[in-house]
Parts: sequence; structure tokens; C-alpha cells
Amino acid sequence: MRISSRVGLAGLFMMAVLIAIAPYARAQAPAPASGTSAPAGNAANGKKLYNDIGCWQCHGYSGQGGAGAKLAPDPISLAGFTRYIRKPTRAMPPYTAKLVSDAQLADIYAFLLTIPKPPDPKSIPLLNQTD
Amino acid sequence: MAKKQQTKSPATTSPVATSEERRSFLKMAAGGAAALVAGAKALPAQNAAPVQMAMASAPAETDATDLYEGMITEHPGADFMVDVFKSIGFEYIASNPGSSFRGLQESFINYGKNRSPEWITCCHEESSVAMAHAYYKIEGKPMMVMAHGTVGLQHAAMAIYNSYVDRVPVYIVLGNTFDATQRRPGAEWSHSVQDAASMVRDYVKWDDMPISLAHFSESAVRAYKIAMTPPTEPVIIVADSDLQERPIEPGAKNRIARLTLPRPPAGDSGAVQEVARMLVAAENPVVLGGRLGRNQNSINLLVELAEALQCPVNGGGFPSRHPLAGGNVRTADLILALEVPDIWGAVNSMTDQLERTTQSNLKAGAKIITIAATDLYTKSNYQDFQRFQDLDLAIAADAEATLPSLIEAVKRLTTADRKNFFADRGKKIAASRQAADERARRDAAIEWDLSPISASRINYELWEQIKNKDWSLVNGGGGGVWNFTKSYQRIGGSGGAGVGYGAPASVGAALANKKYGRLSISIQNDGDLMYAPGVLWTAAHHRIPLLSVMNNNRAYHQEVMHLQRMACRHNRDLTTAPIGNVITDPNIDYAKLAQSMGWYAEGPITDPKEVGPALKRAIAQVEKGTPALLDTVMQPR
Repeated sequence: MRISSRVGLAGLFMMAVLIAIAPYARAQAPAPASGTSAPAGNAANGKKLYNDIGCWQCHGYSGQGGAGAKLAPDPISLAGFTRYIRKPTRAMPPYTAKLVSDAQLADIYAFLLTIPKPPDPKSIPLLNQTD
Repeated sequence: MAKKQQTKSPATTSPVATSEERRSFLKMAAGGAAALVAGAKALPAQNAAPVQMAMASAPAETDATDLYEGMITEHPGADFMVDVFKSIGFEYIASNPGSSFRGLQESFINYGKNRSPEWITCCHEESSVAMAHAYYKIEGKPMMVMAHGTVGLQHAAMAIYNSYVDRVPVYIVLGNTFDATQRRPGAEWSHSVQDAASMVRDYVKWDDMPISLAHFSESAVRAYKIAMTPPTEPVIIVADSDLQERPIEPGAKNRIARLTLPRPPAGDSGAVQEVARMLVAAENPVVLGGRLGRNQNSINLLVELAEALQCPVNGGGFPSRHPLAGGNVRTADLILALEVPDIWGAVNSMTDQLERTTQSNLKAGAKIITIAATDLYTKSNYQDFQRFQDLDLAIAADAEATLPSLIEAVKRLTTADRKNFFADRGKKIAASRQAADERARRDAAIEWDLSPISASRINYELWEQIKNKDWSLVNGGGGGVWNFTKSYQRIGGSGGAGVGYGAPASVGAALANKKYGRLSISIQNDGDLMYAPGVLWTAAHHRIPLLSVMNNNRAYHQEVMHLQRMACRHNRDLTTAPIGNVITDPNIDYAKLAQSMGWYAEGPITDPKEVGPALKRAIAQVEKGTPALLDTVMQPR
């Protein structure tokens, strides 16, 4: 192949490097939750939505549950999450896209992903008290 | 309504003077009366000559009887009423003052020495009744409430409804002035009524308005008897103000009727045998304890039945850490429901969507047996009887009274083979209980350090402080970690779901616990307290020790969720759901509120790490006799 004089050998070399490291670069980005190919949402906006829409009323401020199911940590897949919110099978009322869009649900989901794992119950003395 | 009697029957009281004579007397009294002097003699009995009033200025050497004739009686009818009530054995009367029962109030306090019963001052009649409601659930006998027959009863109505739905006997005495000629102008007319109890008759078991002291005696005792016959319910006696205040006829032999409580009805022996046979034959029976557990005997009987069958028991005050505590109707082939208020709700589900669908939670072929006193007595207007459920066997009887014969029959029918089968079943139930306990700990760990504070954090912190004390949860949830074994440790809710029950109920139950030295604990919802917070003053004034830990989530959260549901259903703005349902802006300072009424209080507390030390300080105050409140800001549910 005839190399353009403007690209030069250095440019070729850079291109080769970029092609070589591309798979590693993709691996470093946060993987989308399993079962979905949707882009990751905005957790900060998701937290705001979670509060404004009032998800916390049933699911607690940190998704720990209450009148509603526990959502976090370790939420179900985004697809399952979205599907259930649109068409719940139990006590939860349905939330249409008019009330909360798919993108907003992705943001809320991203917020739920930030909820840290709880401590081991064995590490909390009051949870292991004997009478 | 019959006119007042003028006869001289020994069992009745005649009025001292005629209405005309009383009117003349009152006219003279209004024109200016001499000052009363202590020691004036009683009015002469029956049909005296028109009363003459000596006018003002120095009576000097005038005979006191002549001077004060028509103004004094040292033996009012209310004194006899007090004698009747004392024979029944009330410990307390809860009341907000009212002129329509001033005669009784003064007689209780002076003639009755304010003892057995003792007068408890309340700031709202709803508080009076709710206090009496919870008092019964600790003490096992009714407390009296006294109120105006009109405005007082109107205030009290919701609390009476709660006690009716909860099958709790509250003994209510209403003041009323039936004779129109005896009413002072103005408020006394607004506070008088032809038929005082009519307003609440749909949720009161029995009521009467006696017109003589002898009648009063019989009705007051009858009312108590009816209240305490299962199903136990509230009753009303109307005490006419004239009957209270008029003198007892000298020499009248008013008789105090004798109280004899009926033995509760036990189930038909043939039916009991059938139930025992079905229980022994069942693979997976589940017992629902319902309203049992209001006394230790019923809990002991439930444990005996459960252990004989090695089957799980849900509710009824069953000891929370017993290996057989729990049970799931979904896996049952036989359900024994004992005094269960809502069988349909226990075995079915309904979705709260635009189209409501129902679903049975039972396995195909599962059978249901009920033993309940409510089958003996059900009213129609208020729908607290819940939805109709098909049953396989229904015994109209008191469940506690029926259990001994049922247990005996079960034991007699249990062969060695069945006993072995039961033992295996019991082991499996115990294993699944352990798994549930582990799950509860993991869930508590998730919420452990949350702010606002989680209910599980409060429950575990409280348990750490109280586990070695003689405690009683008088209001609200306590967590699964608590070891409930005694009937007084858990007394349940309002019955009718009328919010505002919790705060006064906690004070009433704490009043009953006081003499036993128990630590009374209330998990107090914020919205509930705000209906009639004056009950905090009642607790402080009467030195009722009580620990209130606020469940301050700053809203009527159930209603917020309802509004969210409606907005979702209507595809409209969700963010407005809090309007009309939150208690913020400003946030109420419950610590200051309680302090203003004489309580020890701290808060608001939002850091879960502060809960333990705050509880320790508060409990120390309660153990010295001071009620204490912690304003803990909580997760929504």
C-alpha cells in the first residue's frame, strides 16, 4: 500500500497502536447490566428522580424496601426493572412512559446500582445478641 | 320515655320537691341567696311545702336548716350510683369534664374518696375511650369513661368504633338532662338529647337510660355483664343529671344488683370432636390465632394445641420465638381460624388496580374451620364483619373456652404413628423458622446505618435495652427479634383502623401496667399523635411511666402511596402526591411538644448511632416514673 506522505510512518504507527489497544479500552468502561444493551444512566439525576417521583415512599430512601420490595443493592436487570414498572403484576401501580420515560428509568436504575452492599450481619453486635 | 316517678316504693326514689317547687326555689336563688354555711341539714324528703329563702345580710342566730333549706343535700342520688359502680369494681374513670355529670364526678371524688375508681383527667373524649380500650387489653377488665351525652359522645365516637371492631368492652357513662324543665338556658340545651346513645348504637352492644336509682342499679350491673359476655363490646349507661343531683329519699332501700358474669360459651362437643379428627388427620394444618392472646391462659392453650399437633400458629399472641411460630396458609391443607376478624382476607388476595381481581391463596382442597364468638353476634350497618368466606365447619363459640376440650380430643385421637409424623413435621417447621430469622438479620443489616433511621434499627436497639426488663409493647410494631411470650407484651392495634388510637392507647395501657412496675413502650406514629396530643399531659399529670419512641416519618405515608396510585392510574403528575398528606414545613418538634406537657424528651434524632444512648437516658427517666419521648426521624415505612 502506498502511504500518504502526510500521514507518514508515525501516523501509521499510532493507528496501529490504537487498533491494538481498542479491545482493552472497551473493557475498562463500565459494562451495562446484564440482559440489556441500553446505555448506562445518570445516577445523580436518577437519585433526584427517585425522590421527586416518590419511589422512596414504598421502597425506602435507599431502595431497601418497606411497603414495596427491596430494590437495592443488587437490583434485577434494567430490562426486568423497566418491564415490571410498566406492567406490575402485584400491588405496585403501573408507571407509563408519560410519567417516567425509559431514559429516566435508566437514570433511576443507575442510582440503584450505586447503593453499596450492606455489611455482614455477623459484624453488627446487636444483630447477634443472645438473650 | 316515662315521666319521673312520684311514688313511694322502697326500691325507688321520689323527687324531693315538685317541678313547680323547684322552679320557685331557683327563681329565689337567682335573685340573691345567702352564703352557704357548712353543716346545713339535708332537704326534707317528699312533697315539701314551697321552699322559702332567707335573703342576704346577717343570718345571725337563724337556724341553718331554715336558712339553707332547698339548697343542700348530703345524700344525692349520685352517691348511690357510686355505690353501684364500686360494687362492680372499676379501677379508673377516664373523663374530660362536663357539667352533665357534675353530680357523679363530685360523688366519686368526695363520697367515693377518688379511689377505686380514681378519676383520670383527659383533654379529649376520644383519648378517654382509647385509654379505656387499651387498659382492657392489659388488665382484662373494663375501665369506665364518663362524657357528655352529646358533644362528649361525638368526640368519643371514633374511639368507641375502634373498640367495637376490636371486640373490647369499654364502659361508658354519659351525662344528660332529659327533663326539659331542668335545663338551664344555653349550653345545657345544646348538651341535652332525647336518645343519647342513638348516635353510636350501631357500634355499641347495649345501652340504657335509667329513670330511677333502682333502675340505675340494675342497668349499670346488666351493662357490665353484657359488655363482658363474649363477644365483648362497649356499652353505654346514660346517667340523667336530675337523677344524679336529687337527694336520695330518706329510708329508701335502694338495692345494689349483684353482678354475675356468665361463663363463656364453649363449642358443641360433637363439633369439637370433628375438628380434632380433622386436625389429627391433616398433613399441613395451620392455626390462625386471631384475637386470642388477650390473656395468658389463651396463649398457654394455643401453645399446648400447637405442640400436641406440631403445627404452626400465626397470631393470637403466640410466643414469637417458639419453633412453631409462623405458618403459611398457602401450604396448608387445613386451616383452624380462632376468633379471626377477617377470614377472607387471611386466605385471599385482591389487587388494588383499576380492575380489582381476587385470588385464593389456598391449595386445592384445603379446608377451613372457624371457632368464633362473633358468629353469635353481628350487626349489619358497619361492615367490619369483612367479606364472606366459604367454610367447612363453623363453631359459634368462644375459642378460648373451647380450646381445652379440643386439645383433650386431639391428644386422645393421636396414635403413636401420628405422633411420629407430627414430630417430623415440627422439625421441618423449626428449620424453616431459622432460615426466616437469618433473612431478617440480613435485611436489618441493609438498613442498619440509614438516615432517616430504619424501623429495624430502632427494634434491635430497643431490644438491647429492654430484654432483661419486665416490658410491655403498648403501641406499634416491635421487631421480630423481640421475644414475645406474655399476653401483656403485645396488645395489638385499634381494631377499626381509626388513626389517633395509638397515643391514648399507649397511656391507657401504661396506666394498667403501672402497678405491676412494667416498662411500657410505644412506637408512636407522628400523625397519630397529632389527633389529640393532650394525652401526653394526662400521662405526665397522673405520673404514668411510658417510653414513646416516635416513628416520625413526617407524613401520612399510606395516603401518600394512595395518591401516587391514583396519579399513576390517571397518568398524571406524580409529584403532587404529598399534597394533603405530609406533615412538613414546618417539621413538628415532638420533643418540644412533649416537654411542654411535662415529659422528658430528646430529638429530633436522625443519626442511628445516637439511638442507643438516647434510649438509655430515656428509659432511666421512665424507670423513675417520668414519661419520656424520643423524636426519632424514620424511613417512610
